Amino acid sequence: MINLQTLSTLQERFTGGHRLCAGCGAAIVARQVLLAAGKKHVIVISATGCLEVSTTIFPYSAWKDSFFHSAFSNAAATCSGIEVAYKSLKEKGKLKEDIVFITFGGDGGTADIGLQALSGAMERGHKMLYICYNNEAYMNTGVQRSGMTPLGARTTTAPVGRIQQGKTESKKDLTQIMIAHNIPYVAQTYIGNWHDLITKVQKALSIYGPSFINILTPCRLGWGYPPEETINIGKLAVETCVWPAYEVENGIYKINIKPNPPKPIIEFLKCQDRFKHLLKPENSHIIDKIQQDIDHKWCILQKQEWLSSYPC
Amino acid sequence: MIRPLSSKGKLVAKTGNEIAAEAMRQIEPDVVAAYPITPATEIVQIFSQFVADGIVKSKYIAVESEHSAMSATIAASAAGVRAMTGTSSQGLCFMWEMLYIASGLRLPIVMVAVNRAISAPINIHCDHSDTMGARDSGWIQIYSESVQEVYDNIIQAVRIAEQTKLPVLVTMDGFIISHCMELVEVYNDDAVKSFIGEYTPERYLLDIKNPYTLGSLDLQNYYFEHKYQIAKAMIDAQTTIVNIANEFTKCFGRSYNLYEKYMMDDADMAIVIIGSAAGTVKMAINELRSQNIKIGLIKIRVYRPFPKDNIAIDLANIKSIAVLDRSDSCSGAFSPIYSDIVSSLYSEGITTPKIISYVYGLGGREITIEHIKNIYKTLNQIMLGKDQKDCSIVHYINLRK
Repeated sequence: MINLQTLSTLQERFTGGHRLCAGCGAAIVARQVLLAAGKKHVIVISATGCLEVSTTIFPYSAWKDSFFHSAFSNAAATCSGIEVAYKSLKEKGKLKEDIVFITFGGDGGTADIGLQALSGAMERGHKMLYICYNNEAYMNTGVQRSGMTPLGARTTTAPVGRIQQGKTESKKDLTQIMIAHNIPYVAQTYIGNWHDLITKVQKALSIYGPSFINILTPCRLGWGYPPEETINIGKLAVETCVWPAYEVENGIYKINIKPNPPKPIIEFLKCQDRFKHLLKPENSHIIDKIQQDIDHKWCILQKQEWLSSYPC
Repeated sequence: MIRPLSSKGKLVAKTGNEIAAEAMRQIEPDVVAAYPITPATEIVQIFSQFVADGIVKSKYIAVESEHSAMSATIAASAAGVRAMTGTSSQGLCFMWEMLYIASGLRLPIVMVAVNRAISAPINIHCDHSDTMGARDSGWIQIYSESVQEVYDNIIQAVRIAEQTKLPVLVTMDGFIISHCMELVEVYNDDAVKSFIGEYTPERYLLDIKNPYTLGSLDLQNYYFEHKYQIAKAMIDAQTTIVNIANEFTKCFGRSYNLYEKYMMDDADMAIVIIGSAAGTVKMAINELRSQNIKIGLIKIRVYRPFPKDNIAIDLANIKSIAVLDRSDSCSGAFSPIYSDIVSSLYSEGITTPKIISYVYGLGGREITIEHIKNIYKTLNQIMLGKDQKDCSIVHYINLRK
């Protein structure tokens, strides 16, 4: 079990000096995930995205471990190649050390353009931890809608206009898609609870096989809030149940945090510019729909937790 | 008839796909990542059987797409192992962005590409549109006329890639070579392994004592220099390829160069071609030569880097030249090989040969000795100044218009 005292003695493996925004959630994710790796040897793989372009501007690098990036849609396939090369060298006795492989992708690189490569890699069972730093839109190119953008959110390709109020569709449930791959470990976590995040990463790294963690990662630029609010907004997502913190280990669900009672979703929406238009009286039906969806999914999740622990 | 040229080989009957898998068995790369596609499927089927039977120690990644095949191959190579793949047509198209990344990161990957037409309309038969489309991607491209050449080229490609730090693509014509059985000399395993040697990368991701970042964002102040290094490596690769070919000849007997000259010493007319149809052209030339017609052939083996200087010298005194492309650039101008030949000559100040452009064989349309003889007739008329057949446009062989 990790504690702050231990964490404070660990060497930073994701260093300062990178070009990510002040208050960027992705930087917090990278730092905490690598701290969670403790003294393990790590190779980091990344999809194209904010995290990659802002941390590896040649000839500089914010990564103390080996870091590899090649393209946008292929992070999981890329990790496959390195992991298999590792197994090959291990079997031939050419490599002694144990290494873990951590792949980072944004929601676009993971769930949209990268979904095929991710699905293939998970099905093939490579030993890797895939982290989706999920900021719910294509932030690197300037806040365009993704399949993970929630209903009603304003983006530059799901704008607010005379006849449209932000994104008209609900987001897809990436965590459930990954659970359906029957891999040993899938989890959702968030910025604002280092203990939950680090515990889940450590659990994932201890498992033999693929693991996946979906981290809600507030983006101050795309979501529209002051940089010092990143942690608070992350916490609000869990407190309103729009982003439940839960994990599925070998098919068994566990909800890690159960707000009692959950806060109304308006608390989460009202502090972000991307939802500002929803606060107009004529858009109250959209907020109602968002709340209904959250309530429904929260109810289902609790049933899944109960069902999966019920003996067959 | 092929006879063993060295004591290190034996004669067997194999198809192009079978020989590619056989070469891969002998090379025994650490990682192979591939996705099946007609007509290259057999290569990965045969190779994965070698893996399943424990005949090779290679790891086979049965990826879910060609994009992932090239991505995983690139990653394995960057990780520090010998990595290979194979594909064709749409598969190569799907790899497109990754091809440039393989060369941009200077990874010594070897890929076998079985030439097939590109959709639409969908067609599984041979032309060179797929690999010609990749001609500027920073990959060395080696074309093969026969099953024997496929085998010899793949073995040499491993050395070429690792020495030049450029990825190498070895091609064979779909079905014509990939599925046709020929007698081929296969060298013994030890001789091949000794020829290719151990792979010792300078810098690699799994070298955890020396961590580094690969695949950086490279902006205005470095990108240009890095791209120039690839262009420079491609120029320098010509010498490396010739040196490795000479070493190959010493080991195994067969000689190779950047291109092959056939009956060119006293030729007045020449045909330039690439791939399996060179055999058809040679047959036609044999018949024409028996009638004292001075026609020769240049068969390009190494298309990238393009051997422009030597080819220009060898074509300088030819009076009329037909360049046969098995791909159409649909540019309103000319196809790839024609453009390369013309610019090679012109840049050397050679402007006397009359050069005519032909496109043939798209989607597997056959080309016969009779077609080549008709080309000779045109070349002869052009040479004699009798028929001013238009050299400013592309001509199509065996096409219904």
